[in-house]
Amino acid sequence: MQRLSFTGFILAAIATIGFVVSLLSPHAAHSLGKPPPKEAGAIVQQRTQTAAEEAALAISGPEPLLTKVFESIEQNHFDRALQQVEMLIKVYPNFRLAHLIKGDLLLARSRQLTSFGGGGGGQASNEKIADLRDEAAVRLKGYRTKPAANSVPRYLLQMLPEQKHAIVVDTQKSRLYLYQNQNGTPRFVADYYITQGKLGSEKAREGDKKTPIGVYHVTSSLSPQKLGDFYGSGAFPINYPNDWDKRQGRNGHGIWLHGTPSDTFSRPPRASEGCVVLSNQDLDALSKNLQIGLTPVIISNSVEWLSLDDWQSERSSLLKMIEGWRQDWESRDTDRYARHYSQKFVADGQNYKAWIDQKRKVNAGKTWVKIAAANISMFRNPGKDDHVVVTFDQDYRSNNLSNQMKKRQYWIKEGGQWKIASEGAV
Amino acid sequence: MTQTRFNPALLAARLLVPAISIVFFTTFLTLASPARADDLQDVSKLVKQGQFAQALELVDKHLISKPKDAQGRFLKGIVLTEMNKPNEAITIFTKLTEDYPELPEPYNNLAVIYAQQKNYDKARQSLEMAIRTHPSYATAHENLGDIYARMASQAYDKALQIDSSNSSAQSKLALIRDLMGSGARPGKAGKPAESRPAEPVRVAEAPKAAPAAVAPAAAPVAAAKAAETPKAPAGANAASGDITKAVDRWLSAWSRKETKAYLAMYASDFKTPAGEARSAWEAERKKRINKPGTINVSYERLQITAEGDSATVKFRQHYKSGALKTSSNKLLQMVKRDGVWQIQQERVGS
Repeated sequence: MQRLSFTGFILAAIATIGFVVSLLSPHAAHSLGKPPPKEAGAIVQQRTQTAAEEAALAISGPEPLLTKVFESIEQNHFDRALQQVEMLIKVYPNFRLAHLIKGDLLLARSRQLTSFGGGGGGQASNEKIADLRDEAAVRLKGYRTKPAANSVPRYLLQMLPEQKHAIVVDTQKSRLYLYQNQNGTPRFVADYYITQGKLGSEKAREGDKKTPIGVYHVTSSLSPQKLGDFYGSGAFPINYPNDWDKRQGRNGHGIWLHGTPSDTFSRPPRASEGCVVLSNQDLDALSKNLQIGLTPVIISNSVEWLSLDDWQSERSSLLKMIEGWRQDWESRDTDRYARHYSQKFVADGQNYKAWIDQKRKVNAGKTWVKIAAANISMFRNPGKDDHVVVTFDQDYRSNNLSNQMKKRQYWIKEGGQWKIASEGAV
Repeated sequence: MTQTRFNPALLAARLLVPAISIVFFTTFLTLASPARADDLQDVSKLVKQGQFAQALELVDKHLISKPKDAQGRFLKGIVLTEMNKPNEAITIFTKLTEDYPELPEPYNNLAVIYAQQKNYDKARQSLEMAIRTHPSYATAHENLGDIYARMASQAYDKALQIDSSNSSAQSKLALIRDLMGSGARPGKAGKPAESRPAEPVRVAEAPKAAPAAVAPAAAPVAAAKAAETPKAPAGANAASGDITKAVDRWLSAWSRKETKAYLAMYASDFKTPAGEARSAWEAERKKRINKPGTINVSYERLQITAEGDSATVKFRQHYKSGALKTSSNKLLQMVKRDGVWQIQQERVGS
């Protein structure tokens, strides 16, 4: 009976994420004993097996075993849960969540616990316990709701061939997903637990302790030696605020992907000043795949996943639009060209009218125009600011002028149609 | 930080006291000459008087003639522990567990030393071995509970980055000091009791553990302290008489092997020693009590602290059954249900 409420609160903690709660026997067997001594051969075999399990655990991240710990608790197998949590601690020595569960499992042997981290006691600890409870919930949720193998984040519409990987962050799940560019199709590689800003996401102002939502890329790599322990094994700044953010009047700076101080394996789900924080070993694994100035980092509140078919059709319809814009520009018919631009268009201080008027003037002096758009990349902006960031190498030739540039356009939906809201040289 | 509050010698003493008084080596002793038994009794006496150097000398002398004598080696282990030579003591107790794997006490004492060294994993393993050899060995169960609490406290410290002067560990240690303050060990009694922080006087633990972390562990401490002070709560005298009668009935049923009457003395919400199911605990008790041979259980120095319908009862329990003779300090948490005093919790060592 004594153990029951302990199980109860763990289940309560995870019931919110759709865990199947089975009926619990109040008289579940709970033996203190260990398995009987084994023969020498069996011990060696078990050691090898344990070493293999630990190696697998180091690669998989803590979630699979953490899930098993909670399953063991649910089934009233407290001894097994304790063994599992001890293995977690062995592989992840500073994993505070595991230490908290261990404390609970030990204390439940001599007294009734009424809450998660119940023996951690003290008003000062309550906030930390709440943080660890949140961490447990998001880690388990992240693990249970892995994206399907044949689904793709909607945002990765088209990557450049040289963009080997892309990062997609889900702030609600406290999860970072790494995708590989496999001949143009994003393939899931790995996912990691992350910490976001203390006050959540949708950064708008300097010091608002929020993580930005949008399409960014890694701009540089900062060495851990120069940073100090707080940033752990390194840091990768991203380009917040990007052009779109600035256009929306957002400010602030110094949003990085970075590591964790050495005294802890991970930080609570909401703890940073706005940065995306990973465990050091996850950052190390991730950093091998990062290309400075190239790797996209798309931060979303809640990632939308598309089937490969839907992703394919969304992608081709956007490519068709871009092609339509290119042909209409080549046609030198300013009205046809103007159809592709939003009434809210702004670029280089010019509004829609100024922009179109200028184009009309320019077109008047042309006898022919040839436009080539190569290396097109397309990333959809997550969340409320629905737009697609299109970047390409533009090769412009005409009877009196030629130039090559890297161009970036922001396409938004206006009246059900995709229109360009802004464009310019990168 | 805990180190300063945590007096290893006291913990060792607490756990070793029952072990010393257990004459579980009777089988060996019967094979020995009377002179040898006298030697060891003298060693025990010297240990109780705190004269460890002399005790060591005597036991060493004894072991020269009888190098394999288990009782002698066991005593030497205790002496070395008292003399703060844990590694030598570990060697002796470990060897004893190898030579006599069926005895729980060397495992228990090994655990105590490991616990002093904060090696809680090893302490836990040793206690689990002690319990495996003797499932009803109360001292080991109680110590295991302590070890779990300490390991839990360590785990919480790591989880929450809090100061390790954890409140529950403190009160546990205070409990140990209280035991030592009861006069069982001459020369050491006064000091720890003085340094113990004052606790509000509370009586027995409520049937359901309070959610607050400190309360369950602290309650027995407060009760024990209350028992020391001469003034009892008003109106306690009448209750005292009833409680004494209940304890008499309980020990009498035990001695007469009337398991039904014996088990009836335990309240419906009795807290089993290792948290096992009531049915499992009852089965184990029946098995023990119904073993062939006479049982004689008596007590002395009965101390009762009653408040309303709950009471804390402390006494020195003498148990004799065939070859086994033990004396230990007992603490009962009792409750009055339907006019009958029943046992809600039974603990050894305090």
